[in-house]
Amino acid sequence: MIEKAFEITDHTADVGIIAYGADIKQLFSNAALALFSLITEPGSINEKLRRHVEIISEDKDSLLVEWLNELIYLFDAEHVLFKRFDIESLTNNQLKATCYGEDFDPLKHKIKTEVKAATYHMLKINRNNRGYEVQIIFDV
Amino acid sequence: MPQWQGQLVKIDDYHWEIPQSYKDGMRVPGLIYASKEMLESIREEQTPEQVANVAFLPGIVKFSFAMPDIHWGYGFPIGGVAAMSVKDGVISPGGVGYDINCGVRLLRTNLSEAEVRLKIDQLIKELFANVPSGLGSEGKMTASRKEMGELMVEGARWAVKHGFGSEEDLDATEEGGCLRGADPSKVSDKALKRGMPQAGTLGSGNHFLEVQVVREIFEPKIASVMGINEIGQVLVLIHTGSRGFGHQVCTDHLRVMEEAVSKYGIKLPDRQLACVPIESKEGRDYLAAMACAANYAWCNRQCIVHWVRGSFSKVFGKGPEELGMKQIYDVAHNIAKIEEHMVDGQKLKVCVHRKGATRAFPPNHKDIPQKYKEIGQPVLIPGDMGRCSFIAVGTQKAMEESFGSTCHGAGRVLSRHAAMRSLRGKDVAQDLKRRGITIKTGNIPSLAEEASQAYKDVTEVIEVCHQAGISKKVAMAVPIGVIKG
Repeated sequence: MIEKAFEITDHTADVGIIAYGADIKQLFSNAALALFSLITEPGSINEKLRRHVEIISEDKDSLLVEWLNELIYLFDAEHVLFKRFDIESLTNNQLKATCYGEDFDPLKHKIKTEVKAATYHMLKINRNNRGYEVQIIFDV
Repeated sequence: MPQWQGQLVKIDDYHWEIPQSYKDGMRVPGLIYASKEMLESIREEQTPEQVANVAFLPGIVKFSFAMPDIHWGYGFPIGGVAAMSVKDGVISPGGVGYDINCGVRLLRTNLSEAEVRLKIDQLIKELFANVPSGLGSEGKMTASRKEMGELMVEGARWAVKHGFGSEEDLDATEEGGCLRGADPSKVSDKALKRGMPQAGTLGSGNHFLEVQVVREIFEPKIASVMGINEIGQVLVLIHTGSRGFGHQVCTDHLRVMEEAVSKYGIKLPDRQLACVPIESKEGRDYLAAMACAANYAWCNRQCIVHWVRGSFSKVFGKGPEELGMKQIYDVAHNIAKIEEHMVDGQKLKVCVHRKGATRAFPPNHKDIPQKYKEIGQPVLIPGDMGRCSFIAVGTQKAMEESFGSTCHGAGRVLSRHAAMRSLRGKDVAQDLKRRGITIKTGNIPSLAEEASQAYKDVTEVIEVCHQAGISKKVAMAVPIGVIKG
């Protein structure tokens, strides 16, 4: 049983998170939740719409970075905030997910940080006896 | 994080070398500009490791440089400079950063501190209303697809053509506000979608607009060429970049390079250093897209300058001409440029990556405006919002030593997260107010991230560059009004 979904770590110029997951799907979902908790208070997001996201890449590490960058794009370009992520399938080079959330409303959602991108810096998905964990540095 | 234990060889008081032997795979040594006092925090942060990692990149010449405002980045350190031979070197988007052509622009005025202080609240309110800021801020001028196509190629000139500012502003901008080689076909639809609504916005994070007052002039003759004539004179500093557009360009091309790295047989100590040969298709495509983002940023700052002038005119009841609101200069501090430099006594075409570093060309260099030929290129070094900023000029020594580059700012010492934990935005705002600095922001809590305590003292940073000879300090200014995104 994984108790924590993620934690935020110190990184001088930017922001780092460590995401945890009992399995790899949960790891991806928790990393996305960590991202939106950097942007706003996930508790303030309702599930009013859903988006299907599909990513193809060369390995799991890049899948993770591209998945997060896709979500950053959806927020920055289309102003959608998400709070729940249903990872439907995840192979070594493909991810399919449905994300639930709502349109950004400046009166309702307090914005904490502008996240520019998820980086590949020091990125490595690790497996241990409790499941998976990964550190991701975001450029903010 | 444990302290970095590697060897730093003292060359003189301000130059410290990481020997090439530090790590197998370094192609050149590292060179850090710092005072002895700064070394402790630099070691603390492990940043020399990143300087050493950059030295792995194919085609790098002379040194992997770090300016005194160096801090831990991702891949490249922030405050890093690396020049790669165009013939057999690489280009790395990580060596530019996500905020392509993040930079600063400085305006002068004829106004005095006393005149502006009388109306500072009104002025800051007016500026805040006229310059769109804040996260996901959208402009008053959402660019159409067709307009984006033009502004990506024309940069600040596009803005001037549409009535934002003058030809004179372009002359006082690095590259004339337009980097050649921009090719919109190398920019993704996603980048366009992020970029269109954000044109002409300040953004958030460490971006700001400051009303400043000149406090010290170190070189009166040089300062007067820039139109800085007396203590107490009011200046305006704008700090912003290419917004979501540039972030997406970087994201898109890093992805391409990530996959291409192995194709070119390049071995890297960190994936974020992903790079390809400058002369490869992927390399040329990135440079063409990066130029689009650089131009977008110059257009952005050009629009903002126009609104700043408009705001001052409204508050002071005089036109920008009468207020003497001329642009001193505009410099990029996140960019890669193809330049010619002398290496081992020979002219060499190199791609200079400046990530959190400023170009600092010397007097008489062909790429600086005629009016600055005698004094050298103006270099603008913003500090944190509670302290001060510097104006300097480029030097021949920078040309000979650091590929015509110097520092770009204060450099963080406290992570954003740690700053948020130990400081409250509200207290920071009150503290600034007590010190005579009016601040307006859409996000009070985030002020803590940008508080003085989170940064190195820019005075020490600029002093190291001055003593090392890679830039010469000209004047110092302090903020009296700040707008933060």
